[in-house]
Amino acid sequence: MDPMSISTSSASWKSGDGVSDQFPAGLRVLVVDDDPTCLRILEKMLRNCLYEVTKCSRAEVALKLLRDNKDGFDVVISDVHMPDMDGFKLLEHIGLEMDLPVIMMSADDSKNVVMKGVTHGACDYLIKPVRMEALKNIWQHVVRKKKHEWKDKDYEQSGSVEDGERQQKPSEDVDYSSSANEGNWKSSKKRKDEEDEGDERDDTSTLKKPRVVWSVELHQQFVTAVNQLGIDKAVPKKILELMNVPGLTRENVASHLQKYRLYLKRLSGQHHNGLGNSFMGPTDPTFGPMSSLNGLELQALTSTGQLPPQSLATIQAAALGRVANNKSAVSVPLVDQRNIFSFESPKIRFVEGQQQHNNNKQVNLLHGIPTNMDSKQLAALHQSAQSFGNINMPIHSQSTQSNSVMGQMVQPQSRAQILNEINGSHALNIPSSVGQPVFSQAIPSAVLGRNGIDNVRVQTHASVSQPSALVDFSRSQRAEFPGNNTFSKGSGGFIPNYDVFSDLNQNRTDDWGLQSVGSAFDAPQHSNLQGRLDVAPSVLVQPGFSSDQRRGHVRTPSGNKVAFSAADGLGNNTNLGQQIKAEDMGFQNGLFPDQFGQDDLMSALLKPQQEGLVPVESDFGFDGYHLDNLPV
Amino acid sequence: MQRQLANMKQSLFDQGYLDEQFIQLEELQDDTNPNFVEEVVTLYYRDSVRLIQNIEHALDKNPLDFAKLDSHMHQFKGSSSSIGARKVKIECTQFREYCRAGNGEGCKRTFQQVKKEYATLKKKLEAYFQFARQAGPVEKACRPK
Repeated sequence: MDPMSISTSSASWKSGDGVSDQFPAGLRVLVVDDDPTCLRILEKMLRNCLYEVTKCSRAEVALKLLRDNKDGFDVVISDVHMPDMDGFKLLEHIGLEMDLPVIMMSADDSKNVVMKGVTHGACDYLIKPVRMEALKNIWQHVVRKKKHEWKDKDYEQSGSVEDGERQQKPSEDVDYSSSANEGNWKSSKKRKDEEDEGDERDDTSTLKKPRVVWSVELHQQFVTAVNQLGIDKAVPKKILELMNVPGLTRENVASHLQKYRLYLKRLSGQHHNGLGNSFMGPTDPTFGPMSSLNGLELQALTSTGQLPPQSLATIQAAALGRVANNKSAVSVPLVDQRNIFSFESPKIRFVEGQQQHNNNKQVNLLHGIPTNMDSKQLAALHQSAQSFGNINMPIHSQSTQSNSVMGQMVQPQSRAQILNEINGSHALNIPSSVGQPVFSQAIPSAVLGRNGIDNVRVQTHASVSQPSALVDFSRSQRAEFPGNNTFSKGSGGFIPNYDVFSDLNQNRTDDWGLQSVGSAFDAPQHSNLQGRLDVAPSVLVQPGFSSDQRRGHVRTPSGNKVAFSAADGLGNNTNLGQQIKAEDMGFQNGLFPDQFGQDDLMSALLKPQQEGLVPVESDFGFDGYHLDNLPV
Repeated sequence: MQRQLANMKQSLFDQGYLDEQFIQLEELQDDTNPNFVEEVVTLYYRDSVRLIQNIEHALDKNPLDFAKLDSHMHQFKGSSSSIGARKVKIECTQFREYCRAGNGEGCKRTFQQVKKEYATLKKKLEAYFQFARQAGPVEKACRPK
């Protein structure tokens, strides 16, 4: 085929009316390997397969590329052993933030390494030296992933109505779940089976379905719900009810939950060693300093009265409690320095926002969904996003939920803060907004931070009503649409509902956290994130709330793929309003690892003090708190 | 001349200096990249210098850090295998065995072999490419018998 056909085929591949004739030509591959010889050979092989190749010799650069070009790639191929970052860590990050299929390769063919690839979520594992035949078929992973996501979305939509109508008080749920723990599990299992069936039903339309984007907000809600129920008892149905997000289906929640759990598991493994004083644990040296920063901030916050000491304790306790549930042995230090006040407020906003735009969100960025829906949905999102934009943290209405959210948020915040610190973004400026929950990063399970990126910048601006909270969801969430070319940037919408929306409309800069995240990401790279953040999605969603001070929007720590895709494109500049991705709904399991963290934090945060939290809202710059640390 | 070139190549395979991977590289060579194989081999020889230096430095340490040695060698081996440097790869594997066994002397000895094979292959390939340039357009890769 000549170059011309390649571009055409790419276009058709992206646009979506299904697979084009030239497919898989034009598949956009990012290949990462520190060995220049191998890299050159791979590049040539991939070009010969008529793929569009971008090569990269450093993992950090690769992450940046991925973050800056949401939906710019369909698949990533990475070496396992790299000097600047472990390949599995990269794999995790990508999984959480972008949800792209990742293929690992190595000269090492020992079983445990290959197994590691599998557990971290790699789509495939190639033994070096890689042969042309092996590369020819990598497109199957892209298709498979997209198909899976589409199915979920489809299913979700059908189930959304009934799910959305359920209303339950968190407290009630908790009681119920604790007493009926086993029952719940069994029933959830059954539901899972049903879900599976449902997913399989829809083959023809899968390509066209929008994905649920697990925006930061959505994830936080999720985490809140999970925390309320207790990680062991959290079943999709109950979580769904607690979240009360219209359009979100149990399947969405179930898959997200799966990811969240994996994420938490991973975190706990990592935290084991680290949790000690530095919240982040040994694996993340960068975090160390960050955490200290957070601690400072937290203290500052506390001293200023913004963060009620109790809330901090609560958060931590919650985080700790959460952790206990989880098997992670993370010992969350009680005094979590990282509480990020700002986190809380966004969460609240998140809740509100969520509800509001649930409906609109359906489409979140159908990236990669080669259908026209993308555009339509995006349009819908945009509209909804805009409306959201004006919402300024209403959230209070859901006090219970908000609280939980807040609690959860706390966690990611800390992470995000750390990340921010790393980036130097400093978002932590503890927002003046009152009542912002402080997220204690210490919460290991707060995978949320994953988003690595962390920019969890808490918007400290005093402007409460700023939507800065708009987490960069889009960035992180992107994972959903791998390779969506058609991704309308606008859809980046993940809109973390935090009242950020209003802000978003104004300036959502692209950096939805992604940028900061990127940088932060690399640095702190929380060790948590290792492997895939599949772990309990709740943790992952770390809305990169980077309080992008400049932008004013919140970045979601991305890790979660949630709504990432939408956010990516859109996040950046647009008002998030537009982007509101259908985070809640479409996101198919997107891994919203980030979201999770936030939820947990929020719940932790919110629980103890509902009142306090509510007011905060605005400006929450969640910058990518890493929920990793949050024990869930 | 083409025939001579083919014979040269064939003997490299027959003597075990090169393996199947080299053929993969040749198959990648086309009009858009007419000197792809030479380009890659050159890249390999250039980059592997630092990998070899890493191993040498590590071998000079006392006590030996076998994990590090193994890691360095893993990298070098991966690189060598990607161009089809068969004998080099075999020696690398032997080196790693010694690393795992904690046999410092074995490592040092084997490393000398690695370097020897590495240098031998380099000379042979240089001669081959030079000849190929003289012989005219590169012939399509053909599998060794």
